[in-house]
Amino acid sequence: MRDNAKHIAIASVLALVVSALLLLGLQFVQLLPGPAASSQGVLVDRLFHWEVYVIAFVFALVMAFMLYGIVVFRRKPGDTGEGTYFKGNTPLEIAWTVIPLVVVCAFAIASGRDLTRILQASPNEMVIEVTGFQFGWRFYYPDAGVSSSELYLPRGEPILFRITSEDVIHDFWVPEFRIKQDAVPGQWHSLRITPTEAGDYTVLCNEMCGYAHAQMLAPVHVVEFDQFRAWVTQQKAGAPPAGTASTVGTGKTLVDQSGCLGCHSADGSESHGPTLKGLYGSQVQLEDGSTVVADDGYLAESIRDPGAKIVAGFGPEMPPAYSSLPDEDVNAIVEYVKSLK
Amino acid sequence: MRVFSLGIFRGLIGQILGTAFGMALVVLLRLAMGLPAWKAEPAIVVGAMLGVITFLAGAGMFSDWARWARGKDTPLHHGAPEGKPTWTRYFSVDYNHRFIGVQYVMLSIVLLLFGGTLAMVFRTQLAQAQLNVLGAAFFNSSVGVHGFTLIASILIGSAGVANYLVPLLIGASDMVFPRLNAFAFWVNVPASILLIASLFIGGWDTGWTAYPPLSVRAPVGMQLYFVAVFFVGISSIAGSINVLGTIAMRRAPGMKLFRMPIFVWAMIATGIVALTATQLIALSFLMVMMQRLLGMGFFDPAQGGNPILFQHLFWFYSHPAVYVFVLPGLGLISEILPVFCRKPLFGYKWVALSSIAIALAGMLVWAHHMFAAGMESFLRVPFMVTTLIVAVPTGVKIFSWLATIWGGKLTFPTPMLFTLGAISVFLIGGLSGPPNGLITTDLFLTDTYWLVGHFHATMFGGFVFPFFAALYYWFPKLTGRMYSERLGRWHFWLMLPAFWVQSLGQMYVGLQGMRRRVFTYESGLHIGAEQLAVSIAGFVIAISVAIMLYNLIVSARRGPMAERNPWHSRSPEWQLPTPIPEVAYAQPMQVVGDPYDYGLPDSAYVRLRTAPAGE
Repeated sequence: MRDNAKHIAIASVLALVVSALLLLGLQFVQLLPGPAASSQGVLVDRLFHWEVYVIAFVFALVMAFMLYGIVVFRRKPGDTGEGTYFKGNTPLEIAWTVIPLVVVCAFAIASGRDLTRILQASPNEMVIEVTGFQFGWRFYYPDAGVSSSELYLPRGEPILFRITSEDVIHDFWVPEFRIKQDAVPGQWHSLRITPTEAGDYTVLCNEMCGYAHAQMLAPVHVVEFDQFRAWVTQQKAGAPPAGTASTVGTGKTLVDQSGCLGCHSADGSESHGPTLKGLYGSQVQLEDGSTVVADDGYLAESIRDPGAKIVAGFGPEMPPAYSSLPDEDVNAIVEYVKSLK
Repeated sequence: MRVFSLGIFRGLIGQILGTAFGMALVVLLRLAMGLPAWKAEPAIVVGAMLGVITFLAGAGMFSDWARWARGKDTPLHHGAPEGKPTWTRYFSVDYNHRFIGVQYVMLSIVLLLFGGTLAMVFRTQLAQAQLNVLGAAFFNSSVGVHGFTLIASILIGSAGVANYLVPLLIGASDMVFPRLNAFAFWVNVPASILLIASLFIGGWDTGWTAYPPLSVRAPVGMQLYFVAVFFVGISSIAGSINVLGTIAMRRAPGMKLFRMPIFVWAMIATGIVALTATQLIALSFLMVMMQRLLGMGFFDPAQGGNPILFQHLFWFYSHPAVYVFVLPGLGLISEILPVFCRKPLFGYKWVALSSIAIALAGMLVWAHHMFAAGMESFLRVPFMVTTLIVAVPTGVKIFSWLATIWGGKLTFPTPMLFTLGAISVFLIGGLSGPPNGLITTDLFLTDTYWLVGHFHATMFGGFVFPFFAALYYWFPKLTGRMYSERLGRWHFWLMLPAFWVQSLGQMYVGLQGMRRRVFTYESGLHIGAEQLAVSIAGFVIAISVAIMLYNLIVSARRGPMAERNPWHSRSPEWQLPTPIPEVAYAQPMQVVGDPYDYGLPDSAYVRLRTAPAGE
């Protein structure tokens, strides 16, 4: 029995040493991608770090006792005896049932309290409507009447994202903001974010949404409030004056940000759909054996009604998500495709 | 023509003919209705379903039942078919639970190899940022096929171990429904063929969860996947009826509930979940199938449907399914550990009941997969609480294993190494669980690689490591020969560190923003070195598994002869002669003690009347 007490004491000290070392080591590892950039994310980070500390402690405890046991209680050569005969210990069982129960309940309470704060509405929150589609994002600012494929956010202002989808389920996630929300077709769901750090981030789709899911990204810019206002004013003033160069520029931005490049390369490389490079004015062989010239009309039709003419060697797989693009956007994309010689 | 005497070949031909017949039937029906003759989707669905049934007919699965229906005698045939060597029994319909068990294990390993190979293929692509050698379409399909192939492999593998062990452990000579048992195995074979075929016939880019509306739009491979899941699910249900029935009806005299080997307890818990929850995944998939085939808008918002309904139905099975995967493995750990510690299993009753507690609590946690999905906000809180409560009985198991080690006299042959390795890996999987169960941190972690790391650790610690431990542990009883310890140790010492690297690496890249199910990722994430390490670790695991297969195959033919009870186990199957007679317990065994009383002088667990116990 004295031996047993000695072994338990040594293993306990070992567990404490290992967990101290683990906790120390964790100070040098950056587990999360940068500091949280939203006030909601700060809550997530704080709870996550507590979880990591408890995990490190339990891990050290179990591994220390297991490895110590493996070393100390290994059968010595020539020994043919059996181990110490004992079958259980009810107080011990109760202890390791009740203590974990208390710990997980404490965490549940902490997380529940954080949840109420994450869901908390603020009096002056700005609404932004987020629409996910295969394979891109559209952000609409109802107060300003501005629609954008980039997300501009004023730093320090509480924002209510109203999130939906046009086709399949997507998920709105900016890793630095930490929390996420699925975009469900036919439903509007809310996510409240108060960005706290100015900088450039990315919206990632975090729910498998089909072929180019991996590339369903959109840029996020958290800027100071007056910069944000300036951006809104500029957006309201409309696109920069018409002109070939800037139309091409708009088209490029649209193509870059609408997920087109997920399937159509701009540099002639092979992809899931036909490349855009050298497309304009070329003879396109269709699936039904006929050919068409890729003129403005063909390109516009293929954007809005992708099933109308299927290129030979490709399937009818392009989602009809672009049917409602305004004329000027379609024209800009066509101009951009023209420029890809 | 001798090859056609094997049920599996007759079955394959039956499946081909049946599929063709089913497709032709659809074409004729459409012609009769004045529709264009060919429409791929209904033809493929009907063909696939009919093909499974004709596979079973071809394999001879229905012969006995047909005779029975005609009122003829159907005595249960024992032993090898006349004039055929014993090995043919593994490839034809056989009603002996040990042969069925081995059939299951063989199919499980085939699926493990296929699913694992897919992992190697897409891990190659993920080894580096912005690599795209496979193409997004194939990548997306292959992650889904990988997922369900290994789920099937685990279901089939644990069914195999249960089939082999449960009757032997409780002193029964066979399962209570031998024909249903054979049916439950054979239905998996055509289902596996459909599952593999789904990757090549159209593919499906939804991941194994098949959320609509994406699964409604996915290519036709989706339907083959659904059909495969239906039949694997039927196997699961039929198998659990058999296991529960056998445990209820066929225990040897004296085997009270708390004298059963602990693995039997694990199979009761598993059986309850598999019997009652599997229907729900089939229902959810059937609804998507009908939406695709007939336009029933269950999940189409434009027709008043709700995509989130699917997720509730799907996870109502697919979360408890996790316990179907791990409870048998945890039971194997508890079964093997005392033998090599030479000590009773600590807190037998607590360990036994913790399995039941996990199974029951596990049926009330499903919505924790949906914290970000858009379900009613505060309804998330009760699901968080139930989820965290599952950690408690899981902790009881881990602490009980530590206490079993404590004060023992440990030896470390390969099965013991894998058992201890399983505990360490399951510990990682278990400890990385609660952060996903807590709503607020889950909103960050869900659908990232953290989760991929978490559940691979749970599956490897809860099933793969214990399964390998079991393969090595019962190998001498199964084959009468000993495997190579040297190769066994190579397998273990390659696989364990590699798995740790893979698991922790996956969790780390997830925290850095690596999403699940992406075919490529931005170099801006700065996770290149970690991703490469995960891929290399994956390849090391593959190599180690190849070593195991080589070891087992070669040793089965040329290994040194094994003793009757090389591990000095108290368990009844080791008291039987090797090979185990066709009817294992011609005279019933008598339970005279507790199963794990190692170290209690002059005690025995069972007394056999036919064969002398011990050496």
